[in-house]
Amino acid sequence: MTLLAGRPAVAAAGAHGEEEHGPSGILKWITSTDHKVIGKSYLITSFLFFCAAGLMAVIMRTQLASPDATVVSQHAYNELFTMHGSLMLYLFAGPFAFGGLANYIVPLQVGAPDMAFPRLNALSYWLYLSGGLIMLGGFLTVGGAADFGWVAYAPLSNAVNSPGAGPDMWIVALVLTGFSAIFTGVNLVATIFYLRAPGLTMFRLPIFTWNMLVTAILILIAFPVLTAALVMLWADRHLGTHIFEVAGGGVPVLWQNLFWFFGHPEVYILALPYFGVVTEIIPVFSRKPTFGYRGMIFATISIAALSTSVWAHHMFTTGVVLLPFFSLMSYLIAVPTGIKFFNWIGTMWRGSVRYDTPMLFATGFLIVFLFGGVTGIFLASPPIDFATHDTYFVVAHFHEVLFGSAVFAGFAGIYYWYPKITGRMLNEKLGKTSFWLMFIGFWVTFIPQYLLGLHGMPRRIAEYSASTGWTTLNRVSTGGAYILFLSVAVMLVNFWVAWRKPVPAIGNPWDGHTLEWATTSPPPSHNFYALPPVRSERPVWDLNHPNHPTISHEDKKQVSEKELAGVIAGSDKGEDR
Amino acid sequence: MIKSSKSIKVIIGLLGGAVILGGCNAPTFGAFRGATTQGHDEFKLWVGFAIAGIAVAAIVWGLIFWAIARYRRKGDEIPRQFHEHIPLEIIYTTLPIIIIGVLFYFTVVTENEVDAVSSHPNEIVHVLAYRWGWRFSYYGQNNKSQGVMIQTAAEPKLLAQPATSSQYPQLVIPEGETVRIVLNSADVVHGFYIPAFNFSRYALPGVTNVFDFTPTQIGVFRGQCSQYCGLYHSEMLFSVKVVSPGAFTKWVSSQQITQNQPGGSR
Amino acid sequence: MKDEGRLLLVIAVFGAIIATVYWFTGYEDGGTVMLVGTSLLGLMPASYYLWWSRQMKPRPEDDPNASPAEGSGVIGAFPHSSIWPFVFGLGAAMVGLALVFGVWTAIFGIVLGITAVLGIISESRRGGNI
Repeated sequence: MTLLAGRPAVAAAGAHGEEEHGPSGILKWITSTDHKVIGKSYLITSFLFFCAAGLMAVIMRTQLASPDATVVSQHAYNELFTMHGSLMLYLFAGPFAFGGLANYIVPLQVGAPDMAFPRLNALSYWLYLSGGLIMLGGFLTVGGAADFGWVAYAPLSNAVNSPGAGPDMWIVALVLTGFSAIFTGVNLVATIFYLRAPGLTMFRLPIFTWNMLVTAILILIAFPVLTAALVMLWADRHLGTHIFEVAGGGVPVLWQNLFWFFGHPEVYILALPYFGVVTEIIPVFSRKPTFGYRGMIFATISIAALSTSVWAHHMFTTGVVLLPFFSLMSYLIAVPTGIKFFNWIGTMWRGSVRYDTPMLFATGFLIVFLFGGVTGIFLASPPIDFATHDTYFVVAHFHEVLFGSAVFAGFAGIYYWYPKITGRMLNEKLGKTSFWLMFIGFWVTFIPQYLLGLHGMPRRIAEYSASTGWTTLNRVSTGGAYILFLSVAVMLVNFWVAWRKPVPAIGNPWDGHTLEWATTSPPPSHNFYALPPVRSERPVWDLNHPNHPTISHEDKKQVSEKELAGVIAGSDKGEDR
Repeated sequence: MIKSSKSIKVIIGLLGGAVILGGCNAPTFGAFRGATTQGHDEFKLWVGFAIAGIAVAAIVWGLIFWAIARYRRKGDEIPRQFHEHIPLEIIYTTLPIIIIGVLFYFTVVTENEVDAVSSHPNEIVHVLAYRWGWRFSYYGQNNKSQGVMIQTAAEPKLLAQPATSSQYPQLVIPEGETVRIVLNSADVVHGFYIPAFNFSRYALPGVTNVFDFTPTQIGVFRGQCSQYCGLYHSEMLFSVKVVSPGAFTKWVSSQQITQNQPGGSR
Repeated sequence: MKDEGRLLLVIAVFGAIIATVYWFTGYEDGGTVMLVGTSLLGLMPASYYLWWSRQMKPRPEDDPNASPAEGSGVIGAFPHSSIWPFVFGLGAAMVGLALVFGVWTAIFGIVLGITAVLGIISESRRGGNI
């Protein structure tokens, strides 16, 4: 493989040689504006929040394992599910993707030396960290942490029904992390629009970057609404306004409208990046280009656009929303999601698929997400939603979808990019063990929850009586949760092993396709020594396999492989590496 | 291609068939059959969706598992680098649109049946949800109060204790007659949820929700608040007792006598 | 530049269509306002990008045949380290806490914030480094 001369990767003003006389130790971490350092901080912080929220889930499942249990008090249980949801959704799944993976990977994939606004990027992280700590700090206050559910429905979240500092800290934390997300969104859009490598046109961007771009735009649409709603809620609590209070002429349902106008795009802010991760991994491990590249982009954009007009499918049972409109829009999301599914399968089709841990997790994602998606179609039908709304059926559905994307695809991303980020390989045996534990634990946990929901078990209840007949299914589900716990533990052991007994990784251990694999592992300061020419959506593949360019399906009869090999201009090597 | 369009036809056929058959002897797929006419309509829709969903999932899972089994890496050869197939892509964009069109049609039909409100309900019950209990006040035709009220021991007041199991309020309604529920909330958002009726509706402060039931089955059914409403949310329970119309009339008059006596229990 | 503008235009157009349909079927004002806002959020940058794409030649990243060398030269200032984001973040968190515990923490927060802004300005003038 030849290293290509060309664009000197960094032409940043006065940036060279900075590391030698820069600060060191903790001050280096605090002052760093390098997207790689910030990305790593995000990844580690959000993973810690994931572990904390996971422990809360294990406590809750232990409580529900037997009827009338008193493992924790009702009040503590209410705090736990509120914080579990808030941590997982606001502090793990989103920031892990757009703060962690995107921060680290997007500048590399577009061939940029850093994010467009490095200091804004650092500010995003500090706002995120302080917001997260403030949210958790609620546990230390007298009244405990917020306990009105992660959706904080008014008027339950007002000063009368939820007094104390804990709920206020929850609100402030979300405002801070909301600003953090908005800044990251701006940064990502600017990076992708302005810092691409020469030749890397919009329709050559890797799908992960495309999805992050669309996610960033969705962030800009959704998060300001949440921030505005939170400010109104705070004003209701402290300034005596009555925006969500019936007493003063306010409208409680307005909160639900505002919240879900944020909340539903948020769901796709959590899912699209992980779709992107999977779309990076499947082609690499199948040794084929992404099937239907443009279809994928079209699907991503349609999902994002539709997600802004389906918010009230969370409010079907309020009796005050337009049912057919929101039902139809929700159904329509199935179409682009279906396109993605068929494209993923098409990418594997007639490929040469190797099941290393990242691919294993990505395949696991396909299998579990499909089931979550199908049950999502059920819930888009108002009559079926009437029967299952606010039950464990819904709980199982969104855990299947969000756990499927954020954890299965997220872990696939960790295993895939860990060599790039640390320069070390993770242990394959431990990785596969962790996968199988997770795959089995996942079904054991959530299939019983679907059935519980159909048997009428509402969500967010701290206890149930034995006469309901829910005990057995709950026991099974709790057992599954323990298996999931074990799976994450194995993953942590894997990190520990990689840390104590490093196995060095080469620049491109997976035979990757996109620009991040054109640099060293980990990448140097400002990322690239030299960039390869970009002539398709997978420049590194073109560089390593000049004889196997992407061919159009229709061309196969007219153009033979040999002729195609001659087509590639400037390929000086006849053989693959 | 031909194969997949055939299988889609099979799905649509199955779906339509299931909806028509109405699940008299069909498997329930875990759900309640619905103890009201509205709930049963919902159940029929559910069976159709479940069959369609399982069929679609089976096909896609089949493709995934086939791809996993068949295209495992064996040698070091590089596969053909094809990346698109426009006709195929158009087909798998169009077919889901047709499927959701069918699903949407049946959804709207069922929704209209479930949401329809009668102009002359036989009984009207005003339901007030509060933290943490329920109050059922009975009205006859023309919304005339019958002087009957069933309520949880705790009054709607701040930080009230929930009822104990012997005190959960019971909603008594006649079988085969249209019962109108007029739903309100005294404080926060609650969910009026009767699993066996396949139905729930929010009790929203400041909004009055109205819907009808026609119970088709005599028995006692569990009800519960489904929308999280604070500390004792899990204890906000009630039950629904469906009795024959004759027994219902008797029950109403006996309640009128006991409740209107001074000091009578409520 | 064109593709970027078109992408944002898609959001503007979609938002406008849905807002219209929603208003005339639902008559619900909250959702309509948010959808119109979404449309404007797409429209503003879209018109900016589309206008610029007419004014300037295609950039190397818009040219499918550009060579890596075409992108050489100074592409921006990328400071390697700066303490001020941390200071500003700390200040913002303190202002946030003031909303919970009373105004006194806001004073520290605002002082830190102003310091950080001044710090960033002088840092940028010196060339982007500590």
